[in-house]
Amino acid sequence: MRADQILHPTPAGLYCPPGDFYIDPVRPVHRALITHGHGDHARSGHGAVLATRQTLEIMAIRYGEDFAGQRQAADEPLRIGDTTVSFHPAGHILGSAQIAVQPDRGPKIVVSGDYCRHPNPVSAPYEPVPCDIFVTEATFGLPVFRHPDPAGEMTRLLASMAEFPERHHLIGAYALGKAQRLIMLARQAGIDGPIAIHGALQRLCDYHLEQGIDLGPLVPATAKQVDAQLVIAPPSAFASAWVQRFRDPVIGFASGWMAVRARARQRGVELPLVISDHVDWPQVTRTIRELAPQEVWITHGAEDGLMRWCELQGIPARPLRLVGYEDEPE
Amino acid sequence: MRAFANLLERLAFTPARNAKLRLLRHYLEQTPDPDRGYALAALTGDLKLRTVTPGLLRGLMVERVDEQLFAMSYDFVGDLAETIALLWDTDRNEDVPLTQAVALLSETGKAGLPAAIATMLDRLGPSQRLAFLKLATGNMRIGLSARMARMALADMGDPDVAQIEEIWHGLTPPYQPLFDWIAGGTRPEHAARAPFRPVMLSTPVDLDQLGAFDPADYVAEWKWDGIRVQAINDGGVRRLYSRTGEDISNSFPDLIEALNFDGTVDGELLVRRGEDVAVFGDLQKRLGRKQVGRGMLESHPAGLRVYDLMIWQGRDLRELPLMERRAVLEGADFGSNRIDVSPLLDFTTWDDLAALRADPPAAVIEGVMIKRRDSPYVGGRPRGPWFKWKRDPHVVDAVLLYAQRGHGKRSGFYSDFTFGLWEADQLVPVGKAYFGFTDEELRELDRFVRNNTTERFGPVRSVAPKLVLEVAFEGLNASGRHKSGVAMRFPRISRIRWDKPASEADHLSTLKAMIP
Repeated sequence: MRADQILHPTPAGLYCPPGDFYIDPVRPVHRALITHGHGDHARSGHGAVLATRQTLEIMAIRYGEDFAGQRQAADEPLRIGDTTVSFHPAGHILGSAQIAVQPDRGPKIVVSGDYCRHPNPVSAPYEPVPCDIFVTEATFGLPVFRHPDPAGEMTRLLASMAEFPERHHLIGAYALGKAQRLIMLARQAGIDGPIAIHGALQRLCDYHLEQGIDLGPLVPATAKQVDAQLVIAPPSAFASAWVQRFRDPVIGFASGWMAVRARARQRGVELPLVISDHVDWPQVTRTIRELAPQEVWITHGAEDGLMRWCELQGIPARPLRLVGYEDEPE
Repeated sequence: MRAFANLLERLAFTPARNAKLRLLRHYLEQTPDPDRGYALAALTGDLKLRTVTPGLLRGLMVERVDEQLFAMSYDFVGDLAETIALLWDTDRNEDVPLTQAVALLSETGKAGLPAAIATMLDRLGPSQRLAFLKLATGNMRIGLSARMARMALADMGDPDVAQIEEIWHGLTPPYQPLFDWIAGGTRPEHAARAPFRPVMLSTPVDLDQLGAFDPADYVAEWKWDGIRVQAINDGGVRRLYSRTGEDISNSFPDLIEALNFDGTVDGELLVRRGEDVAVFGDLQKRLGRKQVGRGMLESHPAGLRVYDLMIWQGRDLRELPLMERRAVLEGADFGSNRIDVSPLLDFTTWDDLAALRADPPAAVIEGVMIKRRDSPYVGGRPRGPWFKWKRDPHVVDAVLLYAQRGHGKRSGFYSDFTFGLWEADQLVPVGKAYFGFTDEELRELDRFVRNNTTERFGPVRSVAPKLVLEVAFEGLNASGRHKSGVAMRFPRISRIRWDKPASEADHLSTLKAMIP
């Protein structure tokens, strides 16, 4: 069986005919395999969902217990139709996984979802899975993206907090994954005291605690008076009246995009922190070299850059041009 | 250079002036000589280095990166120096002293430059690479004036801004004697001729406040709508400074040539054609040019209207009462018909003066200056001896079109407002205002913006065109750069007209009729 008979893009998402399932579909389908809990990959309303236990629990928190007709935790390899599927850690956020599809006849395909190879205290580390076809994101698929050591970015945050001790530091971070990683990085950098979190982060932070990730003392940033200098909030909060309770705050944003000044300026950010949960250029190219697949498929992001690199390396590559995935999901 | 790179990055993203000053002061306090002096000069544009061309940098890059990937990267990043800083592949991250980078850029010959730059880039981490490349391309774009740099210096020790300004123009990077003085050492002597002397400034006043003073104690003159300057000829060294001490001699070679006297004088820079003084817009065309073309010199000739003498023929007059300085001024020969004396106005009561102010003889007059007869010339803005009584501002009723979120104390508030006027049945944007309202009004405006948003573009929202703002402004220039064809000076929101329907706001033609 040819590779594109095993997996191919459709308007609803990547579809696997021999297993009759979709991976990370963007529309409601009868059977969905889901890599991780970010809103653009994990949507509600599917007939049946197969995902890691943590991803299922995260979906239940975000969408309610009835987010799908049926659900099943992917604890071990599973037969679906004429395929065997298995889930492997992706290092992106809590519960994130790559999905390996081994058809009974034909090439083995690994859909990596969003993945990251920097050490991440809130996620199991990325596991390389040998395969014939590697399906990768290219969010940061240009050689200008070399994410710095996050510890160095935290040093810059601490320096600013010392330089402006009277000002709250409001750091924008996506509610699932980035926010908790930022809190853990702050703990590793020596911030032991309370960190204030926006209300939208509360339940997801609680869930990380339940999963044994010790985020340390957190206080709600919903009170009129917020008694922590470091405040973490989802980016959407900065456009809301919630910010008005802070007098002259330093506004920061934690994202891989902050490496580019024009992007940071568009956001009106005073303290850009380059912290990303996606592979950067050195990581994505290293991963492809290590896995040495026969073919690379690129789901979304800056595919032109990665296509060009594959061409230079003599690796067959093609863009899937999947729509519906955001650059860095909220 | 790590600290310098950090400072550049923070300054680039910090909008608030006070925060910028603090960042700069901390850097200067914590950085050793001579690095901090070179950094200061780089920030204020006073560091003269060999300028590296974009072509040279591109050449370095295509030897190292696939040309297509480079083009895609440049396209995404949008800035050549930044693209190269991000693309350069090295694991080293040494803290190279800024002084070494400065030496490289001032001493390396043309042939050796590409290799020297590549070797330096190999040693640096990404933010330092960007700082180095910005230094090399002479393109800091940091928005830090020399005035702000001096304010940060004044915060470091005893000498105040006026004292630092007085010696500033005699100093050269890396300013070791200046830092020594700030640390408690001796004051550097004037190293150069024609130094800038701190200017005496006035405070605003109105008719009610004037009632407390005896008009007999004061003289008055027109307030000219030009640029306050200090013009100097010190033993043949000629300089023209703005009132904040920026050297603007290069923009006005015609006036420099006319400074045929010996002294330091205080006056108004104007564009003059014979006896007529041109409007501010004409003067603006002469500003900020490194070189002025012959045509511009002929069509927009610069002149000087003097109102005070600080130093004249070797004598420092600043301690004398105004009327004694004035006597010298009126008898002075400036040696050029481009220079004349600002005349005194004839008045007995404040009401007389009010009548003169209400009906000035020329459009370029923006009010009256009132000065105490016995006032010595004191740098800074002492309260009392000198007043400015500006003419009432112009106002138009405009419609709020866009709002942008503010920074700092206004974080989270929509506080920068773009407004427009009618032209046929369209609203044309004519300006932007971000002050004039109270904190309470800001909250009301913010609420209006949130409740009436029609579109969002990043930090900007467009709003339903239904709120009328009374906008006050000081003057108007015709402008080819603005879609409306006019540019307002000092626009601010003087009233929020919750009561007035947008259809009754003013028309663009009304505004255009106010162009002098």
